[in-house]
Amino acid sequence: MIMVKCDSLTKSFPVFKGYLKERAGEVTAVDNVSLQIERGEMFGLVGESGSGKTTLGKIILGILKPDSGNVELATGRLNVIFQDPYNSLDPKMRVGDIIAEGLVVRRPETKDRVGEALELVKLPRTAATKYPHQFSGGERQRIAIARAVITKPELIVCDEPVSSLDVTVQLQILNLLKGIQKESGITYLFISHDLRVIKYMCGRVAVMKAGRIVEENTTRSLYSTPAHPYTKLLLSSILSYDYSR
Amino acid sequence: MKILQIEDLMVYFGPQKRPLRAVDGVSFEIERNKVFGLVGESGSGKTLTALSIIKLIPEGAYFAGGRILFNEKDLLAAEDEYLRKLRGSKISIVFQDPASSLNPVFTVGYQIAEAILAHQDIGTPSAVELALEFLRKVHIADPKRVFHDYPHQLSGGTKQRISIAMALVNSPELVILDEPTTALDVTIQAQILDLLTEIREKEKLSMLFISHDFGIIARMCDEVGVMYKGNMVERGPTKQVLTSPKEPYTISLLESVKAFI
Repeated sequence: MIMVKCDSLTKSFPVFKGYLKERAGEVTAVDNVSLQIERGEMFGLVGESGSGKTTLGKIILGILKPDSGNVELATGRLNVIFQDPYNSLDPKMRVGDIIAEGLVVRRPETKDRVGEALELVKLPRTAATKYPHQFSGGERQRIAIARAVITKPELIVCDEPVSSLDVTVQLQILNLLKGIQKESGITYLFISHDLRVIKYMCGRVAVMKAGRIVEENTTRSLYSTPAHPYTKLLLSSILSYDYSR
Repeated sequence: MKILQIEDLMVYFGPQKRPLRAVDGVSFEIERNKVFGLVGESGSGKTLTALSIIKLIPEGAYFAGGRILFNEKDLLAAEDEYLRKLRGSKISIVFQDPASSLNPVFTVGYQIAEAILAHQDIGTPSAVELALEFLRKVHIADPKRVFHDYPHQLSGGTKQRISIAMALVNSPELVILDEPTTALDVTIQAQILDLLTEIREKEKLSMLFISHDFGIIARMCDEVGVMYKGNMVERGPTKQVLTSPKEPYTISLLESVKAFI
């Protein structure tokens, strides 16, 4: 069953130039992109900065409207986890309120649901009364995940969720996301610039360059037999410390 | 021969009674013409250790002990004037983010020439010539145009090439590189690492290379020190440390990295 179906999506942004900010043209961030994500899949979107992967994620989330093309979602329950856990959590709100904010109606049992969400991301229930600055980067990303899962979404767009974290913490967060997926069958669109992270997480992957998807395949095939020159270049840029290879 | 010896370096923050021991007894040496890597997670003290060498530690930090010998002279005991002459000439540094280490209101050429004139009394025309020569050395495609560009007009990779050129203009003996490719895309990172390898061989430089990425350390460094909570928990030839680590922390860190490969 299909969870996300994008059909020839295109999105451009105007470019302004000079002191008077005159319109100097436009840049096509997403250029005629079509893709399908199956229910329960971890779909990876990889590309370098400026390739359009975040814009595509935002269109799927409905934050941005495409200039042309359309998105069909099999669910209205979607949520997002952003890259930077320092900017994505309101510093003036308590963690419990941040997590509960997505719930439309607050009921007496909201506190329990916040507690459950915190337990799911392996934080103590007492975290609810604290503020974001009292937590490390990894813990903040756990809070962001708790906020995303409390609405029981069927699709989560993860936009570089571990890029600002140390590698040991990255692994913890990725394993947490994997565990949640296993239990609830959530569909992930996993956006990252890091091919290693994508390989660890995703079954299928699309490579974006300059607004277009240049290659799409199962992760295994893409890594073993990349077809597009750009995919090959990306793969050859990964540095390994493994001397046996 | 050793170009740099750090002995039991301690850099603390905060109150004397209960200080935060950000660097707590770090010792290592860099051989001439070798690249020494500092690897560790954020907050492990690798940048602070490197900044200590040129005494550029942030406000609130102080040296609680140790010695830093550069060509056998103790820099911690040296006068400010001596250090000022050293910085940017015999010891230079390349920072992580070229967008914030270059001055946005001056052209690239002006900044490089300024760096040259700060240490060499050769007059402006020669400084301009030298700046252009170094832009070519770091493989800037159109040096004459880039010379008159402002930093914001250039890509991240080009800006980092310029930072590297600026670090080289006064013929340094030791170049400190603090995560020089972390802000860049992987394909650009590969180009910058190629450039650094080439320059290292041509100019016979010694380098202190800070990174959180074991792949980069393996590629660039002859020796490596693993930092954890202000201590250097393990040190040795890069291949030896990465293939047969002895300390539990190094082992667990490498396990995390391995999971991705």
